[in-house]
Amino acid sequence: MTAYLIRRLFAAMMLLLVVSAVTFAIFFLVPRLGGQSIDELAVQYVGKDANPDSVAAVKKNLGLDQPLIVQYYDFIKAIFVGAEYKFGPDASKCDAPCFGYSFRSHIEVWPEITQRIPVTLSLAVGAAVLWVISGVTIGVVSALKRGSFIDRLAMAVALLGVSLPIFFTGLLGLALFTSQWPIWESVDYIPITEDPGEWFWNLIIPWCSLAFLYSALYARLTRAGMLETMGEDYIRTARAKGLRESKVVVKHGLRAALTPIVTIFGMDFGLLVGGAIITEQVFSLQGMGAYAVQAVKDSDLPIVMGVTLVAAFFIVFCNLIVDLLYAAIDPRVRYS
Amino acid sequence: MKTKKVSAVLATALALALTASACGDSDDGDGDNNNKNGKKAAADAALESIVNPSSKKGGTVTFEHSDVPDSLDPGNNYYGWVQNFSRLYGRSLVSFKPAAGAEGLELVPDLAESLGQPSADAKTWTYKLRKGVKFEDGTEVTSKDVKYAVERSNFAPEALSNGPTYFKAYLEGGDKYKGPYKDKNPEGIASIQTPDDHTIVFKLAKPFADFDYLATFNQTMPVPRAKDKGAAYVQNIVSSGPYKFESYNEGRSAVLVRNDQWDKSTDPIRPALPDRIEIKFKVNPTTVDQHLLNDRITVDAAGTGVQSKNQPKVLKASEKDQTDNPYAGALSYLAISTKVAPFDNIECRKAVQYAVDKASVQQALGGDTKGDVASTMLPPSVNGYAKFDMYATDGNKGDEAKAKEHLAACKQPNGFTTNLSARADRPDEIAMATAIKASLEKVGIKAEIKQFPSGKYFTNFAGNPSYVHEHKLGLMMTAWGADWPTGFGFLDQIVNGAAIKPSGGNNIQELDDPKVNQGLSDGIGMTDAAERTKKWGEVDKLVMETASAVPLIYRKNLLYRPDSAANVTVTQAYLGMYDYLLISTNKN
Repeated sequence: MTAYLIRRLFAAMMLLLVVSAVTFAIFFLVPRLGGQSIDELAVQYVGKDANPDSVAAVKKNLGLDQPLIVQYYDFIKAIFVGAEYKFGPDASKCDAPCFGYSFRSHIEVWPEITQRIPVTLSLAVGAAVLWVISGVTIGVVSALKRGSFIDRLAMAVALLGVSLPIFFTGLLGLALFTSQWPIWESVDYIPITEDPGEWFWNLIIPWCSLAFLYSALYARLTRAGMLETMGEDYIRTARAKGLRESKVVVKHGLRAALTPIVTIFGMDFGLLVGGAIITEQVFSLQGMGAYAVQAVKDSDLPIVMGVTLVAAFFIVFCNLIVDLLYAAIDPRVRYS
Repeated sequence: MKTKKVSAVLATALALALTASACGDSDDGDGDNNNKNGKKAAADAALESIVNPSSKKGGTVTFEHSDVPDSLDPGNNYYGWVQNFSRLYGRSLVSFKPAAGAEGLELVPDLAESLGQPSADAKTWTYKLRKGVKFEDGTEVTSKDVKYAVERSNFAPEALSNGPTYFKAYLEGGDKYKGPYKDKNPEGIASIQTPDDHTIVFKLAKPFADFDYLATFNQTMPVPRAKDKGAAYVQNIVSSGPYKFESYNEGRSAVLVRNDQWDKSTDPIRPALPDRIEIKFKVNPTTVDQHLLNDRITVDAAGTGVQSKNQPKVLKASEKDQTDNPYAGALSYLAISTKVAPFDNIECRKAVQYAVDKASVQQALGGDTKGDVASTMLPPSVNGYAKFDMYATDGNKGDEAKAKEHLAACKQPNGFTTNLSARADRPDEIAMATAIKASLEKVGIKAEIKQFPSGKYFTNFAGNPSYVHEHKLGLMMTAWGADWPTGFGFLDQIVNGAAIKPSGGNNIQELDDPKVNQGLSDGIGMTDAAERTKKWGEVDKLVMETASAVPLIYRKNLLYRPDSAANVTVTQAYLGMYDYLLISTNKN
């Protein structure tokens, strides 16, 4: 088990390194291959009044005049050992993990990321709890009452959920519940440390909108899995042994049907923590997704790198957890 | 099929909900949009008067913005709205009078006791600072803090590159000084002198009679050297105005509270009514408009008005009284390259002047709420505007006969083909270009529209003469707003031969006309304000005589004032947005 974990962690590190290299290449190498000079790259980080002097100063200070490989090495090195930068009268120290300074505002990137993670995490966790509970429940009920009115209704709603994008349901939710029937004043993110009640209250609409989208998929997956497992021989055996139906369904049926759900959940959740881009835009939440969009728009490379790596980390991490969970769910899986 | 129906139902519900919210009653609370005499303010009331006047102190004024500022650091920004907003926490040497209508373009001393005292040649400018003005930490503001602020904002592009660099361009030795971050000599630049703590003298390399306008830039808001952290100063800005930062979250929000060191007796221009000012960034633009209509926020900080798609909603009878439709201080125009054949011949340029159907351009843009048909380079809201129309056509619809006459004089009687550039991500500009293309076609000029990304429009394409020549961009769509609202501030960058740059310039027609250049340099040497202002109208005529640009539209914004917003007036000094120094709230 330990050896397995070490192997996985090592692989994860390598993967993150590859992700960083690819991201770096997309934002720095590709424009150059496309024929952009360093000056043309640098000019986008100078304000409206770009002149040769300011472009040269910015180019030098951001290290854009260095060979690409050196820039990449410096970036990776700073993550582990920190770095020093000078964007003012005195040099300032950026401690590890240092993701550098924004090319535009010259503000340190890592503290900005850490301030935005709780927003996205709050959004993702709340929505995930909602969609897993509702999705799996609906799926199980539908499977057990296959063909009934409840099944049909649930699947119709599920289809609706999958088909309606978040920028529709989210805006609809906002229009209905902050304007038409103003139950909420507006949706603001209040840190949970500041006021847990307000935190919860303000996130209800975003959670429900997101959960509506995802639970639909989970309901359909659960239903399909349940239909399959409930027809298996061992379910008949379990029933024949005289087990209570609830036990048959939950312990024997659902447990086996859960494996694909957990897999996809790991992916979905990791992706969402990496940045619920559209949801954050719709609800004006200042999380990782909104930060990433702004950074890409600004070609603010250190931020793009930082956000991408953190997002990739969450995805890799969630997948690792999922793989470990397999062992707990499915007795056939053992790691060595 | 089923889902389609359901979606349709939901879509209808959404539409209904949005409309319902838009016309939601505004009779809650005491915040009716009334003038003191109880009369309901009409549409455009804030153009010439202060709507909903109030002297009530207290409350929280809330701003929202769909984007982020370039920086709230007074030494590191260029956006007009930040110039307007930063006056809440900083005092520049000079400012614009917080007043309604044309009065809003008047200069008033702010940190200085009076406007600048120029030397006879307009090359030396002296300001006396008011006594008793303090930073939020209680230390007195001195002329050295102003000098330092100018140095860091103009001479340290390695850390603060967002702002304009007019001081660097005009100060003596401005091209040599390396800035306070590199040049550690505490004496700083020699051409800004501080003979005592309350006197500051600027020595310029050439006459510059608009200097008081430069002194309105927030770059002259004092910054204490000891507190300057360069780029990170934005996180701990030291206030010299009535409000100071309680919190600042990069790219997300900021909260301003009263600065107890601010003394009203030193500050004749700021009423400072609200107790608290909150601003949020990156709010979904739809949400910003909705919050305005629902009276949940006081102002949309951007000051560019309601989004196009929501304009019909606020122009309905029930809401129209709460809208203002001011000039945005900007001109959309068609630049004609003087270097691309056949436009190197003035007759061909004149043909375009007459051929363009400006009425159709205005229609394409969305009608008169988007702007008025233009005939001059200077918009009416700029000091020095003089009304004239050198290439007048009936109903602004263009004149095919006259255009053809000039085509014949240009030896192109059957027309020719050329290229017309526009910014791909600006639908307004594309729409106008399409209308122009259609009207040019009527006289035989075939223009092919070429689209470019706006981020690189001036550096790589239209503003890059070698690209323009090589790819024969004869006609180029563009727009311009002045950095300060005078004829010189507006024209110098777009028509002066000296403003032609190998890349990133704004004189994209490459106009280098000796009469225009001379007019500009004569005018800026005149210390008599009335004479100088008159000169700009003449320069405008000289520019139009070259036929190198077709003024299309004086752009307008459609602003909305919520019920609770008090002391609302449009300031032409800041591109036709509301005056953020005056605005207060009726809410508690």
